[in-house]
Amino acid sequence: MAEESPSGLDAVEEGPSASDPGGSASAGAGTLAPEHPTVQALRARFGDAVGRQEVGSRGQHVVFVDPSRNRDILEWLKEDPGQDYQFLSDLTAVDYGGGRPLHVVYQLFSMTHHRSLRVKCELPVTALEIDSVQPLWKTADWLEREVYDLFGIRFNGHPDLRRILMPENYAEGHPLRKDFPLRGRFSRAEQTRRALSQEVAAFYIPEEMEIGREPQLLDGEAGEAALTPRDEA
Amino acid sequence: MPTKTVEFAVGRTPEMGVDSRPAYGPLAPIDVAEPDIGSEHMLINIGPQHPATHGVLRLVCELDGETVLRVIPHIGYLHSGFEKLGEYRSWNQVVPLTDRMDYLAPLIYNCAYVMSVEELMGIEVTERCKVVRVILMELDRIFGHLLFAGTWSIDVGAFTPFLYTFQEREKIYSLHESLTGARITTSATRVGGMMADLPEGWAEACRKFVNELPHTLDQVDYLLASNGIHLGRTQNVGIISGEDAINYGFTGPNLRASGVPYDVRKDKPYYDYESYDFEVPIGEHGDCYDRFIVRLEEIRQSIRIINQALDRLPGGPINVEDPRISLPSKTDCMNDMESMIHHFKLITEGIHAPVGDSWFSVEASKGELGMYVVGDGGTNPVRWRVRPPSFVNLSVIPKLAEGHLMSDLIMINASLDIVLGEIDR
Repeated sequence: MAEESPSGLDAVEEGPSASDPGGSASAGAGTLAPEHPTVQALRARFGDAVGRQEVGSRGQHVVFVDPSRNRDILEWLKEDPGQDYQFLSDLTAVDYGGGRPLHVVYQLFSMTHHRSLRVKCELPVTALEIDSVQPLWKTADWLEREVYDLFGIRFNGHPDLRRILMPENYAEGHPLRKDFPLRGRFSRAEQTRRALSQEVAAFYIPEEMEIGREPQLLDGEAGEAALTPRDEA
Repeated sequence: MPTKTVEFAVGRTPEMGVDSRPAYGPLAPIDVAEPDIGSEHMLINIGPQHPATHGVLRLVCELDGETVLRVIPHIGYLHSGFEKLGEYRSWNQVVPLTDRMDYLAPLIYNCAYVMSVEELMGIEVTERCKVVRVILMELDRIFGHLLFAGTWSIDVGAFTPFLYTFQEREKIYSLHESLTGARITTSATRVGGMMADLPEGWAEACRKFVNELPHTLDQVDYLLASNGIHLGRTQNVGIISGEDAINYGFTGPNLRASGVPYDVRKDKPYYDYESYDFEVPIGEHGDCYDRFIVRLEEIRQSIRIINQALDRLPGGPINVEDPRISLPSKTDCMNDMESMIHHFKLITEGIHAPVGDSWFSVEASKGELGMYVVGDGGTNPVRWRVRPPSFVNLSVIPKLAEGHLMSDLIMINASLDIVLGEIDR
């Protein structure tokens, strides 16, 4: 980042100091709420796949689960009549920096039982992969795309895992990771050059190019070929 | 040349209509000549700069004739990296980022953010602050819904209601301005309180406004609710069932139009919402028309809440009296050594948050607005996540628009009431 002015930005480049995510139940406002019925049921059913539990501020319950079984566990939470978490409020990720595992956070709410629960999965930075929950909740479609875009976590089984907020051909990485500098990896000049040299392929995904097909030429053989319906050609 | 018979079914039943005004009955079937135009599909690109997309939204549509087969939305044109920026700022410095997300109802975002931080830090705000925030949030719900009603009528081809609602919005702008000094980018809240207390005469001006608003609402209602063209273009368009709506993550008026009585103010009450007397309007059919009617009714309910809140507005301080959270008064700073030290520490360092995370959601004008903040003991967030209601609502548009006409797509998009600043963040 030689082009950047050296003054004052060093701290910005390093990012905020990271914390210890593995610490036990959070300090501060945390008052111990009664045991969450869902967590007990989860432990009874899934045993070792259910990890530690935390109680955050004002009795918000957090439970860590094995990332390789997230799909089973969340499906059970959604389908089991005793749990009935039919509403996925939010799906996001947290990067604590310093090479520590990323957290994928599922915020669930049960409209029937008026209960909410936060389910977290820890993913090591070397293996950022987890099963998609898009088949369970259609909400997860765009939310998982956003997490993939901004954190680089791959969701296996997602039908359309593309970048959503950043451009499709964005080459600087995943912006919400702690090792991503605030002003991007490329210099301003390079960013401008890339922005100005985009081609049609940057604006249409392959699926859309299929619909649009080739521009029709109306003279000569090429024109005839273009006018023939596709199935007969 | 083959012909096809087109029937205009306008209005659901002859009795349909608002306040017992009859709706228009079905017209006679018409035979329309239908030329054979082959079966080529067409690609149509709407946006990103197009007034009917309500912002910088791009929709790529596959059309068969005039029927939409598939919609592929492209977003991100307004992406400003607010969540990343927030990680480099102290807790209070994030507030100005929040109102730039939903610039149509900025105060709800200001309040929701500080409420989530207070939840994380375990701060209990004063009674006066709670009531003031309720007033401001309901005022901005009206603010957002009035814009919806205006742009909605433009999309349906009616110009007059737009003028009516924007006149009323102008009055809310003035209320914003007298309270915060800004019309859109309000940044009115601080962790533990407000930037400033209500100015003199503000409560009276607010009450005057909410008392006059129903007149305008009745006019908009009269012009639109039983208008034949309006009914024909919006009823039975973009239907989604309650079960699907939950699965797709719909919240707010969009979800309630599908008959699901989920409202964060009732289901996860905050700020004593359970003690206010108001109803949650529910739709029946889950179509565009119901989404419109639900929002009109919500404005009326918000007026009720504001009136009750103004009645019970207590006196006392608006900020918590904790020198680690609230700035001391300017007079104290100048006269008292300790206050000056607190002021210096708060400005240079900021407020320290405990280790942990907190999720908090409020009912914004667009739907359930969730804020997820992660603290590490420092003075800035490790992660600040906004659960954007419009983002999730917009993701349903491919399903809603499928099989409808191109012009219906515009109405479906309008009925979702999206704001792109918050979708792209």
